[in-house]
This record gives sequence, C-alpha cells and structure tokens, in this order.
Amino acid sequence: MSTKAYPGRDAIKAKGWFAAHRWLIIRRLSQFAFLGLFLIGPLSGYYLVKGSIASSLTFDTLPLTDPYILLQSLAAGHVPEMTALVGALIVLAAYLVVGGRVYCAWVCPVNIITDAAHWLRVRLGIQGGLKFSRSVRYWMLGMTLIIAFLTGVLAWELVNPVTLIYRGLIFGLGWAWGAALALFLFDLLISERGWCGHLCPVGAFYATLGRFSVFRVRAVYRDDCDDCMDCYAVCPEQQVIPAALKGAKQNTGPVIDAGACSNCGRCIDVCALSVFQFGSRFAGPTNPARRPPADTKLRTAA
Amino acid sequence: MNMNRRDFVKANAAAATAVAAGMSLPATMKEAKAAAKSAGDGIRWDKGVCRFCGTGCGVLVGTKDGRVVATQGDPDAPVNKGLNCIKGYFLSKIMYGKDRLTKPLLRGAGGKFDKNSDQFSEISWDQAFDVMAEKWKAAIDPEDPKGATKVGMFGSGQWTVWEGYAAAKLMKAGLRSNNIDPNARHCMASAVGAFMRAFGIDEPMGCYDDLEHADAFVLWGANMAEMHPILWSRLTNTRLTKPGSEVHVLSTFEHRCFELADNGMIFTPQTDLAILNYIANHIIETKAYDKDFLDKHVNITKTVTDIGYGLRPNHPLEKKKTGKGGKLTKIAFEEYAKAVSKYTLDYTAELSGVPKDKLLKLAKLYADPKKKISSYWTMGFNQHTRGVWVNGLLYNVHLLMGKISEPGNSPFSLTGQPSACGTAREVGTFAHRLPADLVVKHPKHRAAAEKIWKIPDGVIPPKPGYHAVLQNRMLKDGKLNAYWVMCTNNMQAAPNMNEEGLPGYRNPKNFIVVSDPYFTVTAQAADLVLPTSMWMEKEGAYGNAERRTQFWRQQVKGPGASKSDLWQLVEFSKRFKLSDVWSKAVIAKSGYGADKSLYEVLYANGQVDQFPADPVKDAAGNVYGNDESEHFGFYLQKGIFEEYRRFQFEGPKKGHEMADFDTYHNSRGLRWPVLDGKETLWRFREGYDAHVPKGAGMKFYGKPDGKANIIFAPYEPAAESPDKEYDLWLSTGRVLEHWHSGSMTRRVPELYRTFPNAKIYMHPDDAGKRGLKRGQEVKVQTRRGEVLTRVETRGRNKPPMGLIFMPWFDASQLVNKLTLDATDPLSKETDFKKCACRVVKA
Amino acid sequence: MKPQGIIDGGARNRRKFLADTARTACSIGIAGLALAHLVRGAQSRPANAVRPPGAGADDRFLSTCVRCGLCVNDCPYPTLRLARIEDDVAVGTPYFVARDYPCEMCDDIPCVAACPTGALDKRLTSIDDARMGLAVLTDKETCLNFLGLRCDVCYRVCPLMGKAITLEYRPNRRTGEHAAFIPTVHSDACTGCGKCEHACVLEEAAIKVLPGSIAKGRLGSHYRLGWQEKERKGEALVKGITDLPDRMPEGRP
Repeated sequence: MSTKAYPGRDAIKAKGWFAAHRWLIIRRLSQFAFLGLFLIGPLSGYYLVKGSIASSLTFDTLPLTDPYILLQSLAAGHVPEMTALVGALIVLAAYLVVGGRVYCAWVCPVNIITDAAHWLRVRLGIQGGLKFSRSVRYWMLGMTLIIAFLTGVLAWELVNPVTLIYRGLIFGLGWAWGAALALFLFDLLISERGWCGHLCPVGAFYATLGRFSVFRVRAVYRDDCDDCMDCYAVCPEQQVIPAALKGAKQNTGPVIDAGACSNCGRCIDVCALSVFQFGSRFAGPTNPARRPPADTKLRTAA
Repeated sequence: MNMNRRDFVKANAAAATAVAAGMSLPATMKEAKAAAKSAGDGIRWDKGVCRFCGTGCGVLVGTKDGRVVATQGDPDAPVNKGLNCIKGYFLSKIMYGKDRLTKPLLRGAGGKFDKNSDQFSEISWDQAFDVMAEKWKAAIDPEDPKGATKVGMFGSGQWTVWEGYAAAKLMKAGLRSNNIDPNARHCMASAVGAFMRAFGIDEPMGCYDDLEHADAFVLWGANMAEMHPILWSRLTNTRLTKPGSEVHVLSTFEHRCFELADNGMIFTPQTDLAILNYIANHIIETKAYDKDFLDKHVNITKTVTDIGYGLRPNHPLEKKKTGKGGKLTKIAFEEYAKAVSKYTLDYTAELSGVPKDKLLKLAKLYADPKKKISSYWTMGFNQHTRGVWVNGLLYNVHLLMGKISEPGNSPFSLTGQPSACGTAREVGTFAHRLPADLVVKHPKHRAAAEKIWKIPDGVIPPKPGYHAVLQNRMLKDGKLNAYWVMCTNNMQAAPNMNEEGLPGYRNPKNFIVVSDPYFTVTAQAADLVLPTSMWMEKEGAYGNAERRTQFWRQQVKGPGASKSDLWQLVEFSKRFKLSDVWSKAVIAKSGYGADKSLYEVLYANGQVDQFPADPVKDAAGNVYGNDESEHFGFYLQKGIFEEYRRFQFEGPKKGHEMADFDTYHNSRGLRWPVLDGKETLWRFREGYDAHVPKGAGMKFYGKPDGKANIIFAPYEPAAESPDKEYDLWLSTGRVLEHWHSGSMTRRVPELYRTFPNAKIYMHPDDAGKRGLKRGQEVKVQTRRGEVLTRVETRGRNKPPMGLIFMPWFDASQLVNKLTLDATDPLSKETDFKKCACRVVKA
Repeated sequence: MKPQGIIDGGARNRRKFLADTARTACSIGIAGLALAHLVRGAQSRPANAVRPPGAGADDRFLSTCVRCGLCVNDCPYPTLRLARIEDDVAVGTPYFVARDYPCEMCDDIPCVAACPTGALDKRLTSIDDARMGLAVLTDKETCLNFLGLRCDVCYRVCPLMGKAITLEYRPNRRTGEHAAFIPTVHSDACTGCGKCEHACVLEEAAIKVLPGSIAKGRLGSHYRLGWQEKERKGEALVKGITDLPDRMPEGRP
C-alpha cells in the first residue's frame, strides 16, 4: 500500500475543505499555542509561562515537568525536588488522559518539521531510503536511560532535537536551527517518517504511556469503511490502524489502542465516510450503532 | 599570519632592502615585525600632566600620526614616579569619545537662534561670535558705573593658567564685570577663605613631602583612598614603613580610608566643628600648647556667629540669623580657652556620636609634641555651610601646637581639580579676586592691576561679582543675561538644579553659551555650544595642590573646528570696541581710541604680544604646534604668563613668585614661590622660605603683623537636617573610577564598565526597614526633587544608619536635583554633603 | 505495509526477527557509545563558563538540570544564559561568562528559587555561601596594582569587598615612596560571582573566575600550620614548656 499523493480528496468533497482539515488545523494551532505561551514572556516581558517544554511554571503556580526528562534524571542517579516530581506527575496524568503521543502531535514542534518533510517527500515523489524498524525507538529509549545511568548525565538532552529546538526558540536559537534542518532533510531524503515514526525516544516514552491513555481514536463506524486507504496514506503510524479498523472479524474493539498512535486525528479528517471519531477507550459499545443512512449517501454522491 | 596590505608592502620593501644590503632577514614575518617594533614604534614622547585631580601626576604623552596613542606615568615625576590611578591609566582615551563636538551649535533650526527650540544647528565660528557679541552688547551699558552686571562667566579649575588669566582679564579689565567665578567655588572656596583669614595668603604651607615626613595622618572629610589615589599610596607606604606611625580617619560614613585607619571615626554631620573645638580644649586643658609659638606668631580672635546659610534672602533661615559676615575680633587666650571649654569630651562624644576613647586618642595625638602630624581634607570640610570656620578650627589646633610649616607638620588642603590652585585661585578668576591674591574691593590692588594691564583707573569694578550659586540665582531672576560657561559642567555640578540652575539657563531673557569638548548636561541646556580643544590639543599649564606649576606643549590638533578656551576668549575680545564696553570718560582717560578693540587693549597690547610665534621645540629638537601662535601671530601663552608674573613681582603682595615661562617648559613642575632659582617646599619657616628674614624663625608674612590667626568659631547646626518627613542625610561625592561629572571618564568604555551608573550606598538595616533589596530601583526624594537610582548595601562605602551617599558623576541620575543650595556665607561654597532626603520604592 | 513486531509463524521469519533484533541492538549500541562520547565532551566545560549559584559540581549538576531555563527567566540581569549547540557547554544548561556579565549576587537568589529539580541547590539560602567558582589573580605581570598603579577596581566592585578580596599593602621598592595595593582573593569568602573579572580594565582580564577545582591547591595532610592550629585551639598544643632568661649586659632589658 503506497502512499497516495493527494489523500483526502474525497473527504474534501464530502465534508468541505475545513472539515477535512479540521483536526490538522486545530493541532497546528495547538502546537503554535504552546510555543506562543512560552514565547509571550521573552517577547513581551510579561510571563504567563516561564521555562521551556522540559520544565515550566505557569502563572507562577503550576509546575509542569517533562516526565521523560525526569526519568533520565532519575536514571542518572538524582532524585529531584518535589516541584519537579509534582510537575512530572501532573504531566503524566494529563497524557494518561488525553493520549501519550498527544505530546508528539499536539505539542512537539519537531512534528511540524517532520510533517512538512513528509508532505514534501510525497509531493516530490521521493522513494526508498533507510528503513528502520518501528521498534528502534524503544531501543533508543532504553539506551538513553542506560547511558544516563552509566554516565550520570542527562545524556540524551545533549542531542534531543525536541528540547533543543524548543529551547532554541525561547532562549535563542544559535545553531539549533541546524538540528531542525538536519531533521527535515533526514525525513525528506533519508528515511520516510524516520524520526518521529521510528527513532525518537521521546515519542517512544509517550507511546508507552499511550497504551494506557483514556482518550483515543475509535473506528466507530468501521463497518462503513470502503477501503479507500486514505487513512493509511496520512497516518504517520499506519501499523496502528488495521487492528481497530478491520478488527470486527477478530472481534477486537474499534479503539486504536496502540501506544504509537499520536491522536493526531488526520484519519478522522481524511475519511469521507467519517469512520473515525475521538472518544474514550472505555466509552461506547464495541459495535456501534449504525449511523442514519443519509450519511452514507455522501460517498455515493461523490 | 596577521598582516594587512600595507604591512605586506613594507615587509617586502624591507626584505628587498635587506637583500640589497647583504643581510639575512629573521625567519618569519612576525619576527620581522617584532624587530621593527623594538627598533622604534614611531611614537613621540613628551612630558605632560594628568588631566584629572589636583594631585598633579606627571605623565609622558605618546603621539603618533597626529593622535595621542599612549601615555605613561612619568617615572621621574616627583609626585607619582611613574604611577597613575585608573583614570590616569586611560588618559589617552579621554579626547577620543565618539561624540566630540567639532562645530559650534546654535539652538534653533537652520542656524537661526530660537530659545524655545529643542534642536541645535551647526554654524561657523564667525556666526557664533556674531550672535554672542550681539547678545553681550545688548546686555552691556558702557556708562553704567557698576560695570556690566548683566554679563557673566563661569569658569574652571581645569582651565590652563593662561585661560583663566585671559578670562579674568577679559571680564574684569575688558567688559568691566566681576561676574566671573570658577567651579572651584564649589570645591575650594572655603579653603581659600580660611587661608586668607588665618594666614593672609592662599594655598598650603606644606607640600607632598609631608607624606613621608609625618608620623601621623588625620583625614578630615577626605576620602584620599579614592579621590587622591596616588597620594594615598604614599601615605600608606609611610604608615607601613615608619614604626609608630598612625592614621586617623574622620568621616560621616565609612569609606575606603577606614581600612588603613588606626582610629576610624564616624561622626554626625556638621559636628566636626565640635570635635575640633574639643581637641583645642583638650590641648589647652592639658597645657600641651606651645606658648612660645603662640606668643610670637599667633593672634587669637573670634568670628561673628549665627551668620545664616547663604540661601536666598527670603528663606526663613536667613531671616532668623542674627550675625553677618566674617569680621574677626581679637580676644585674649583666656577668652578663647573659655569658649572652647564648652566642648568637653562628654559633650562632644554625645553630640558627634564618636566614642569617647576614639576622640581622646585623636586629641592626645594632636597634643603630643613629639608627633609630627599632617592633616588632610577636601570636600568634607570645604562643602560645608561653615566651611571657612571648620578649616580655621583645624588651623587653630595646628597653631596651638605650633605644628605647622615644617616637614611633617602640615595642615593640608587637597584639591580636586588639576588647576584649582594654579588657575582658579592664583590668576584671579573668583568674583572677588584679581591675579596673585589681589582682591577687587581693595583700591590699591585694583590700581596695581590696572597699571600692569595698562588700563585707566576705574575700569575694574570695586564690588565683587556674582559667585557661582548667586550666578544661577541671578540667571533665574533675569538679572544676569549673557552668560558663558567654560570648561565645566555646572548644570550637573551646581546645587538645586530644579529650582535654580535649569530655570536660570532656560529663562527667555538669557543667552547661555557653553564651551566644552563634549555635549554635557550643561551644553544640552545652553543656547550656543562651542566645540573646545582639550588637554593635549593645546599648550597648557596647571598648578596642583602643593603649589607645583606644570607645563605641557600642544601635542595634537583638536578635532574639526574645535578651538581651545584661550583661543575662544581672545578671539571673542576682537568683537568689542572700547566704546561698546567702557564709558566715554574712561576711554578719554585711557588714551586709547574709542574704536580700539578689546583685543588690542587686553592682548595685543605690546606686552602680551611681545614674544614671537617661533616654533615650540623640546630639548631633543622635536617641533610642536601651537594653534594660538599660528592664529594670532605671537606666542600668546608666554605673553600672558610673563604678564601674570608681573603681578607676582610688582604687585602689592609677595609670596607668589614663579620662574619664567621657559623654565617651566624645561622642568617637571616647580613649587612656588620660586626665588633665586629655588622651589619652596615649606612656607613661613626660616630656611625653607626665602621671604622669612634671618633670625625670625617663622613669619606668616601674608598678614601685616606676620602673625597667623587662631579664630574661634562654635558648633552651629546644618542648614537642613533629617526630620520625620525626610528622614535621612544625603551626602554626595565622587568615586575613584569617575572624575567629577564623568564627561571624560564615562566616555572611556573600560571605566564606564567598572561603574556604569550611580547608586545610593545605604545601611542594610535602613534598606531593610524600608523593605528595599540590594539592587532595587528606588526614588531618592528631597524637598527639591527626586532621582531614580538603585540601592547598594554592600561595597566601598558603608554609611551609618540615617545617612545615604550618592555619587554625582552620572548624567542620567542628576543628584543635584536633590541638593540644597545652602552655602557657607563666608566662602559662598555649597554644602553638597548635607541635606535631608527620603528613599522610597520606585 | 507490514506491521512490525507482529508474531509471524515460520522459522524463517523467526530467524529474520533475531537477525533484525541483533542488528538493531548493535546500531543502538553504537549510537549509545556515540552519545556517551558526547557526554565526555559535555563534562568538560570551558574555564570561563560559570555555573549559577547552587549548581555545585558539574557531575551532579549534569544529572539534575533538566535544561528548562526557569533560572534564566528569573535572573533579573542579563547574566544567565542557556548553552547553545555552539557554546562548548553542555547544551541547554545555564551558565554565565563573567567577563560579559557577572552574577550580581541577588539577596533572594531568584535563580535557585526558580529551579524545579534542585539542580540549583535550595539549601543555598545566603548568596554569600554560593561557590560558583573562585576568582584568581591569574596575571601578576599585567595587574595594574601589582605594578603599583592605583586601580584596585576588582577590589571595589567585589560585593564581599574586604572579605573575598582584600588589598594587601606592600611597599613599592622601585619608587620608595608608594605602597602597592595587592588584590588578594580569599577562597573562604569568594563566591565566584565574577564582578572582578567583569570590571578588570585590562584588555584581557588579569583576574578571572575559575572552577574551584582548577583554582585551588591542597595542602598535604601530613603537615599542619602551627599558628592556625594554635589559634583554633586557643592555646599551645603542647603545654608545660618553659624558657630561661637570656644573659644580657647590666641595665639592658
């Protein structure tokens, strides 16, 4: 199943352009909003949020700390102060609710870069390149923790492009734009969806959380699926779809419960038949009620 | 390899030459360059004087390609022996601030004067003098018997000797106005007043050699560690190397001198008056005084008391006063003893806040006949509403013990400006003075001056002119209308800027001219700004605190159209005909034609212009420029100096004699009186001073009877003390890194970095009480204004509770918006050390 | 698209899986080694990069600092910055260069208060106890005060003037009349704030803040300073020692 150059055409026809890009737009807004919150301070001198993605303080009261970075610190042999622990627990709890890799899709700035690289890769028809196993990122995750343990240094943070770029945008970019460019070129020319989809240990960490998170994409109307493959085409983690979409036969539920799913919602956007919906892992029946027939006509009309 | 194209060409040329000469070249270009450097870097060195304080450190100035590229402490200069303080280290940079003024600037657009404009436009010197002359002539009534009271000039202790002389002559002999006063009024006037009252002649009797001769040093309101750094290192060396030597330091706050102090004393402001009387009392009670010395060389007097605070006459404090002036009344020793007997140890300790044991230790030191004591003071004494008194009270102590005018025994007034002595005090730039200690109100002195100046009697007005603070008041009141400020930044320096200085300058009736190398706060308030050549851009002479006169040659040209103050003064005199400035009767008496210019009468008068404009050469044959010679066609500096010397030798007062002009160019400075080819180190003492006749032992020849005055004066409170509303004393002053208003030192990046902005030094508990943190922005407020600054609770100055200290160098934090224009009624010098303020969060 | 890691039947696939796993493990191992190598680079910090107050030793700091920048946000001066990739300092960690902008030693130490992880140690409550480094007068040949001039700017800007830096007086033998004021740093008080280095007027500062580990010597434990031991004890360490009077000519003490 190759990627289509223009997936989602049907959805645009069926639902209109905005509806077919709804989650993408909201998601981009979210990514910039998070960045914006951090940037207001340095730009205006009036700080709503201080710090950066690694650890921050909002309204001088709410501490938030990236649990992965804290985990590295723990591995490096340091038990941090309560502020950071509380901050990490809050973040942990939040992602357990909204979905682990929501971090990747809704917050992380690298996602914008790699999505852009992918978009261009498809447009330019670039094929092939290095292929990694999707599991490499978990190895990476393990490796970063082991190196932290062995060296006593938050080793990954020396190269972590996520924090590097975020920090760069807030505190001065320096050569951090080089890291951004490298990632872009890597994803564009060397490995399709290479970074976020295969290598990034941050994503791996949040994917691990995502296995338990409440909020998920559900293939609610999977029975309507006409196998147009648009959802596969846009999904950065295609491997997560079939179990839920085609699970009726195996009697598995419609919830995309693989941790790798980043709740990006692109599948919801591009499905002309509106098979997918956001919802709770626990909510609703495994075989949802059929929708009013009028809706299915949309497709035929197209 | 780091080489530019010119170096490359040079190196190649050198290589070619070397090959031609059959020599082998050093292996690398780098070595070749190093070799070239050691052979001579092309810098011409000549002797000069430091531009800053009154210490008068000798420097060598290195010039290359028309620019001062380096300086060094002159290793053979007697004062500093090759050393400098950190300001002196950066001397070569002070002329090269990026914003040097290079053209005259007139307020208003397009070269048209507009008092209300906030912009300046560039004009030529001709246009500048046209505008000035018009304003000056409008303000002068030649027939007014009081002289030209509407024109005035504010000058400087940083003027060269000839600039001060030319200015005084232009004002007093030319324009017939005594409204000329130097900024030395703010710094040395109290010392001058006390010298005149006690000894009848200005300036210290001792010299810097006392720093090595003394057994003990007492600092009275002088932070020598920062303000006279090189002298402090001499004092420190004596303390270190001379067994039994002591250092006593008195101040209203702890400063860097306390570190060396064997006896450091912090006293409540103004109570120095009481402490000195206590010491006199102690000396008398213990009968330690030198009776023989008192009988032979001292008169005992008392001064008029309750004389007010030199404020405007309508000020409540002035209405309350019962006494006036400084008339002295002779009293008996017993009466003096009785007067000081009030100042017991208990009373004085209580009043001053100084512990009794410390006071006693100090008194015992002065009373010890075996200890040679040098006492030093600067602004702590002089900027004092009883400045002349307090200076005198210290002389009382030294005179009681006879500890004066001999090696090591020396009450010594330090100066803050390079030529406060040499220029401001010696050539008659004060409103009441004429050259060489003469005064305008004395008919004989006027006559002597008029004779030397070849002008008819009656030209010099007999009434002293407006002094510094009065000038600002008269500007504000519209009674002084044409005003020229030269070589000083008086808007920043003068007290009570909000209520007096600024309204005075901006009064629509007035035309203010400011001559300065930089666009200072004063220049910003002016109507016409004249670009001035400074320091090594002109030939100069300064006189330091130990009566040492030092000359330098012009090393480089000033930038753009800038001209020296001397050029400006003399050139401006060409704009006046006698009929513009003198009455018809006086002109008739003079024998000069009414159309003769002031320039011809004052400068091209057959004596100032008697020396030809020959090239100026040093002993090695190097030739130096002299812009004034070139322009006027005669050796103006030499002519002025030699005319000035006639005052010293032909005037009615002896004791100021100097060597001839050329001798100074060939020496590292000489201490006057210079007689029979010898300097004078200690005055009034037989053997050391040629004016003391053989067998006299001692003679205070400044006074007709040869005796000095002990002058009793009581403790009287300050003009404004802290109260409930304004609960802190505010003392202002300097820091080592910056000199005065900072117009030079703040343009040296390194000095700027060391101390970029002013701040207030405050006791940590005072800060805590007000909820202030170190570094926090605060407002300092007085009844006259407020200034935004930051709090410092650590560092160099440690004020006691109830007092803050703020330096005044910072043009962005004008502390003189806060100060009170209370002056010593005798010296007219402002008390910048005491007023009431409060500090609140910004 | 073949879903990865999904159990597949045949032995061939199993073999492939094992081979893939081994390959991945090797690659990751190499990546890990590279990362560890980077760590070594990060552990060596340029001598002029000074850590904020309370940072302690670098090995501890690098395990605790999450590079969030909260300390930088709360520093009221332009002092603290986060290391960029090009900075030779562990990327993202806070530091300052005293020559550019020193630590102003705020009474309330806002940077420490802001640190969420304790990388800047909260037990530091008085800024005077901070040990960011140690000022060292590295060049006596160019220090103006050693040459006898009156600069002593480093001394006067020192927030712990008189404790962290004192001026030791020494006669200037060349002039014979002046004293030289030798700036002397005392490690028991110097916080390493760098005000001295910042203010030094020379083109290259003669006084520099260095990491304590470089700046300090250590006395051998086999030797004690007698006068200090005596002072500490308040009396002679060995008691009961007598002395006999010296024979002197009559009348001389």
